[in-house]
Amino acid sequence: MPHPEMDVIDGNQAAAAIAHLTNEVVAIYPITPSSPMGEWADEWSSKGQKNLWGTIPDVIELQSEGGAAGTIHGALQAGALATTFTASQGLLLMIPNMYKIAGELTPTVFHIAARSLAAQALSIFGDHSDVMAARSTGFAMLASNSPQEVMDLALIAQVASLESRVPVAHFFDGFRTSHEVAKIETVPVDVVRAMIDDSTISAHRRRCLTPERPVVRGTSQNPDVYFQARETVNPYYQAMPGIVQNAMDAFAKHTGRQYRLFDYVGAEDADRVLILMGSGAEAVHETVDYLNRQGVKVGALKVRLFRPFDANALLDALPETARSIAVLDRCKEPGADGEPLYKDVVTAIAQQAMAGESRFKQLPRVIGGRYGLSSKEFTPAMIKAVFDELAMEAPKNHFTVGIRDDLSHTSLDWEDRFRTDAHNDNFQAMFFGLGSDGTVSANKNSIKIIGDSTDLFAQGYFVYDSKKSGAVTVSHLRFGTKPIRSSYLIESAEANFVACHQPVFLERYDMLDFAADNAVFLLNTPEPQGAVWASLPAKMQTQIIEKNIRVYAIDAYSVAAAAGMGKRINTVMQTCFFAISGVVPHDEAIAEIKQAVEKTYGKKGKRIVELNYKAIDMTLAALQEISTGHASMAGEYATGALKDRLVKDADSFVENANSFIKNTDSFVKKVTAEIIAGRGDLIPVSQLPDDGTYPTGTAAYEKRNLALEIPEWDADICTQCGKCAMVCPHTAIRAKVFPSELMTDAPPAFKAVPTLGKTYPPGNHISYQVAAEDCTGCTLCVDICPIRDKSNASHKAINMTPQAPVVEQERENFEFFLTLPEYDRTTLKSGTIAGAQVMQPLFEFSGACVGCGETPYIKLASQLFGDRMVVANATGCSSIYGGNLPTTPWTKTAEDRGPAWSNSLFEDNAEFGLGMRVAIDKHGEQARELLQSMAPGLDQDLVEGILTADESTEAGIHEQRQRVAQLRKALESTADERAALLTELSENLCRKSVWIIGGDGWAYDIGYGGLDHVLATGRNVNILVLDTEVYSNTGGQRSKATPKGAVAKFASGGKEVGKKDLAMLAMEYGNVYVAHVAYGAKDTQTLRAFLEAEAHDGPSLIIAYSPCIAHGVDMSHNHRQQNLAVKSGHWPLLRFNPALAAKGKNPLKVDSAAPSVPYRQFVESETRFNMLWHSHPEAAEQFLAQAEKEVAHRYHYYQQLAELDWEDPAVEQQLANKKAQAMSDKHQGTRGRKN
Amino acid sequence: MVDLSTTYLGLQLDNPLVPSSSPLTKELDTAKRLEDAGASALVTHSLFEEKIREEDERLMRFMHNQEIGSPEADTFRALPDDYMTYQEKYLEHLLKLKSSLNIPIIASMNGTTRGGWVDSCKELEQAGADALELNIYYVAADAQENAGQVEQRYVDILQAIKAQVNLPVTMKLSSQFSAPLALVRQLEEAGCDGVALFNRFYQPDIDLETLEVVPRLQLSTPEESLLRIRWAALLSGRVSCSLAVTGGIHSRTEVIKALLAGADVTHMCSALLMKGPDYLRQVLQELQQWLEEFEYESVAQLKGSVSQSKAIDPAAYERANYVNVLDSYTPPPGVRW
Repeated sequence: MPHPEMDVIDGNQAAAAIAHLTNEVVAIYPITPSSPMGEWADEWSSKGQKNLWGTIPDVIELQSEGGAAGTIHGALQAGALATTFTASQGLLLMIPNMYKIAGELTPTVFHIAARSLAAQALSIFGDHSDVMAARSTGFAMLASNSPQEVMDLALIAQVASLESRVPVAHFFDGFRTSHEVAKIETVPVDVVRAMIDDSTISAHRRRCLTPERPVVRGTSQNPDVYFQARETVNPYYQAMPGIVQNAMDAFAKHTGRQYRLFDYVGAEDADRVLILMGSGAEAVHETVDYLNRQGVKVGALKVRLFRPFDANALLDALPETARSIAVLDRCKEPGADGEPLYKDVVTAIAQQAMAGESRFKQLPRVIGGRYGLSSKEFTPAMIKAVFDELAMEAPKNHFTVGIRDDLSHTSLDWEDRFRTDAHNDNFQAMFFGLGSDGTVSANKNSIKIIGDSTDLFAQGYFVYDSKKSGAVTVSHLRFGTKPIRSSYLIESAEANFVACHQPVFLERYDMLDFAADNAVFLLNTPEPQGAVWASLPAKMQTQIIEKNIRVYAIDAYSVAAAAGMGKRINTVMQTCFFAISGVVPHDEAIAEIKQAVEKTYGKKGKRIVELNYKAIDMTLAALQEISTGHASMAGEYATGALKDRLVKDADSFVENANSFIKNTDSFVKKVTAEIIAGRGDLIPVSQLPDDGTYPTGTAAYEKRNLALEIPEWDADICTQCGKCAMVCPHTAIRAKVFPSELMTDAPPAFKAVPTLGKTYPPGNHISYQVAAEDCTGCTLCVDICPIRDKSNASHKAINMTPQAPVVEQERENFEFFLTLPEYDRTTLKSGTIAGAQVMQPLFEFSGACVGCGETPYIKLASQLFGDRMVVANATGCSSIYGGNLPTTPWTKTAEDRGPAWSNSLFEDNAEFGLGMRVAIDKHGEQARELLQSMAPGLDQDLVEGILTADESTEAGIHEQRQRVAQLRKALESTADERAALLTELSENLCRKSVWIIGGDGWAYDIGYGGLDHVLATGRNVNILVLDTEVYSNTGGQRSKATPKGAVAKFASGGKEVGKKDLAMLAMEYGNVYVAHVAYGAKDTQTLRAFLEAEAHDGPSLIIAYSPCIAHGVDMSHNHRQQNLAVKSGHWPLLRFNPALAAKGKNPLKVDSAAPSVPYRQFVESETRFNMLWHSHPEAAEQFLAQAEKEVAHRYHYYQQLAELDWEDPAVEQQLANKKAQAMSDKHQGTRGRKN
Repeated sequence: MVDLSTTYLGLQLDNPLVPSSSPLTKELDTAKRLEDAGASALVTHSLFEEKIREEDERLMRFMHNQEIGSPEADTFRALPDDYMTYQEKYLEHLLKLKSSLNIPIIASMNGTTRGGWVDSCKELEQAGADALELNIYYVAADAQENAGQVEQRYVDILQAIKAQVNLPVTMKLSSQFSAPLALVRQLEEAGCDGVALFNRFYQPDIDLETLEVVPRLQLSTPEESLLRIRWAALLSGRVSCSLAVTGGIHSRTEVIKALLAGADVTHMCSALLMKGPDYLRQVLQELQQWLEEFEYESVAQLKGSVSQSKAIDPAAYERANYVNVLDSYTPPPGVRW
């Protein structure tokens, strides 16, 4: 047996390692949480890493999972060893090909990070909904429960598939296993080599399609033979379990790790048994061990091979003594009388009993239950609750555990305080940080250090919130001498170490609730040593005293700054952890961190290493134990004074979480606020909407206070151009025009000045107000401001100022600002930036990245059309910041009008939006028909007015709405039985604006077929493509919008082919309005394009350049990058308006000048391009030379098109005919008179 | 045949024409052409402290910003293993120059602090540099820093570098020192092997459209050489380190004047940028012709022969010169005072 190699990796990497080693073709499409598997494979191949047979696997990214599955099917048919990685909807898109692959008995392994399916809502987290939906494809299904098992079973799956010809879906829990970092024994290459029988591969190749052995496969069959042919595969499925077990046994010989199709753990004479599969089985294993030690006779059966289902093997693995069994499914099949695994187990037991062969002393009672959907926690306490239920006389069937179901009363109660003793063997640490402060990467690094330098087992799991800017991360680390089975988060009173990396969290999270007795608490705080204790909330002080917690403090931001690390505190905090946690001896730990730094940064720059070393040394000097205050507070504690203060403070965490919710409806209080406060797990079923419908306007409740500095308006020099409001990615700066007299009620610090010029009548004030607590401090408003103080060039009409001193005052000002009435939109000049920006934005405070290049476009659309907008939003960044609970930035006016928003899927968004259009049009038509038929009984002028309304202007729209309101009123008093239906449909007599929004991944790749088709229908929809030129949401994979030479995942050597010209393709239709815009380069062109697109009575396509952090640019330079993109010719600005063609004019207008900045200057300014100069300089130069030519050519081509004399023969002919007809009429008339 | 050879920083050079740090020495091809045209040594394009720092900062930001705290994206594009830093690319270029050219290569470093960039000189030595030119392009913009402290900065950096390498080191100086002679002596004591007179500061300009301050690059004019020649003449004979004149050397005229004043070598840049690398051949030929015409045997004979200590009127290099010039000025034709 080879010496075991230990490594610290996550489940995804473990699967990818085996997949890459044992395949020739890897076809993938990114989807969370499986994306990293494809990325690993791509990285290894791009580094020239070879597979078992000495060749580099070909890794190819497709346009969708459907495409990936098709490619795999083809590769397999051509005799290659091929694999893919996927999850969730991705797996669903593969199902058609999976049936084919299995039907043709083709060996392959798909590795699946099992994830929830989008139902009432999308969820990226883990459960078995996806794999269960694929269980009838004919794929074998093998479940892994931990990163170790992922690696082991990935190989076993490969071996068994090759031998059996049955393809395998190898799955493990998304996030819990795919993203759990663990110290595992890696499978040595020679074991992989020894396990795989090359003759099985030869056999696979011999079956391939080749002209040398021509056959036909994939025929269509008729009623005469299809059925019989379908039954031909049975022997293969009958043989499969045995083949899998043989592979497991062979694997055990090589590695000592023995797996069985069904692994039983627990008491030999257990009377209660749980059956389940996936990571939850490990927590059950841990709990069973604990209960067994307490003398409780329980056991658990881990299902590994779920399909083909070997009922006998399952039954044989169960103890004969089992009296009651609970089968747990991590999925939901609505309407079924039990979930899949439960039904299989019941059937197995019943079949055996019916055959009179039951192995049980007494036929056991079997109940089924659901747990852990969407990564819901599954803890020993919940497991114990299931065992307790099994002991009941009449245990509840079809139960749920882990939630409180007060609607259908399915849930089991659990004793929250129940713990196993597993944590006694472990050191458990929790870290509260921000996504952007490097806490997670530092912790991954720490696990690696501890895993590599000690004999300890290690586990790391990371919990994120849903925001992109200022996301909170909580890291859960465990270290122990025994293998760690705790597949759940560190629980209350269990952590030996708690670290707070951000001082603001003190008020927000009850971090010390997690601390065990005698734990260590590490706090990053700017407070000097003497003031730290007093700065802690009373509750925390009490916890510290009661649990005897040792407190250490460091001013990490100061140390980082002094060491030259800027605001990067990860090294500082990591050093503190090692210095005081005692997991590794102090000096050794510090040496290890330094070594890790050298390893990470060494090659990239000595200075970076030195800065880190300096930070480490300075940290050790600056870290302080806080003890002085401790004693005095202990005194306060003893006298009860602290308790009094505590009562007075109430529960400060709850207070803080809810303080911003004022006078609002109960739903927001009971649901939204609870989720924001981190208590979403406690919300009972009855409180949640049954159909996934949520109120809008809720992002306004999340005052996240992310900005250290916010903009301050200098009204004296401002020209009121509105650009600052236009570019704000978070809608945190607002313009409003209002009657001057309202200023009398304004708070003293509120700023407003009389409007300039003649746009507004005299007697109006304008204010540009900042939402100080919603601003992220991105500085883009200051960057765009064109006005400078005449006597101080560095002072603009808007300038950054520290947030803290003004936040109170600005909160008051913003609240006042919100009370001011909106200006009458029918008189606003929407065609100017200044006018459009006075319109109320109905998209505000999104959780998009700081400086996001997408959101200003969405906000603009919401200002211009929000009160008549229906939005279909493709899955991606915009659906995440647009609709990820707890809140949504989409909001409404005081009259409760506003965008109605929905996300269907990633691939079908254009069609989804089209469906909305079709419905609205149908209902509009039906309403007009009804109105016409009911006209005699109604006011003729009103009917006429409604039917002939001109809604091309805001005023027209407003008037129509008034007419329809009048109609509804009139219908109230009509006896006509059609009145009710007309009232219902009448809203469709008013203009509605359908917007189809998504990123380039959707529009160029996965949804292109649908988008193309929707354009071709000619229906009146507006499509907004937020083009970041890369898959932003899933981590920067290339898309067909990725430009030539840009480095992206799956294009590590720079993308070889140019960007697809989506605008040109759409223009070919002739009747599609097309615009290419970049608001940071020319905001007026963007505005005009939005207005024209919406006015166009047909399909419109706006392709909007959206800088993204994936570009590797400092997002505070977002506008500069847009400008460079336009001026270098990378992003020509253009508008193609079919309305012009109808008038005999050239429909195309090129709005940007010929490239005036060298393309080199643009690409050198963005890391996505310039990185290539550092790794493949020759290729970079070559790409640049080609791209330079291409952009020049493209501009020239557009320019030529725009200059074409637009003499459309059809239009000309029409005009000529008219003229001839007129002449002829005239002539005939004359003659007639003559005659 | 006139002996054109000279000694600079202890290096035996075929002639006193040494192209200075410029884009021409950045490309192997143009560097080769300079050698072919007769350049006796080359100063490479500078390794900039700011660029090293900027790259460090960018890399740190890039690696740090990879993590945005999104569960869906662990990282955006990770840094590839074959990524070459600015410094690594510079060293690679230096190695290429050394292996393709036969003339000595003087590596140029440009920076103002004693920070981490100073360590790079060790690597430059290992890569085969024959000497180092240290360009401390420092603008004393800090009101708290007095003249003595500014000078000490030069000495400190020099010492930090001398402590690391065994190479000869020359300092490219600014013309804006109160007492250049004393400073050069101080540098000499600290181990300086030569000085190059003087650095040209590119002047920031104000963009009247945007009111932004923008850098402006202007090539030198021959007139600029006179300032340098004066200080070469004042230093020659008073210090023992090598002297180079740089800035405004456009033709043989300036070359000869600089040599007469006491320079060991002259650095050309703007003229070569304007006329191409082959222009050096012409200057070299013209220099030779002149020396032959005036019957000099060698450059050594010529060097420093009109330095202040050997000049016909030593005071002409000092203040006296100033009075004469003022008095001699007459209005141009057509202008009435």
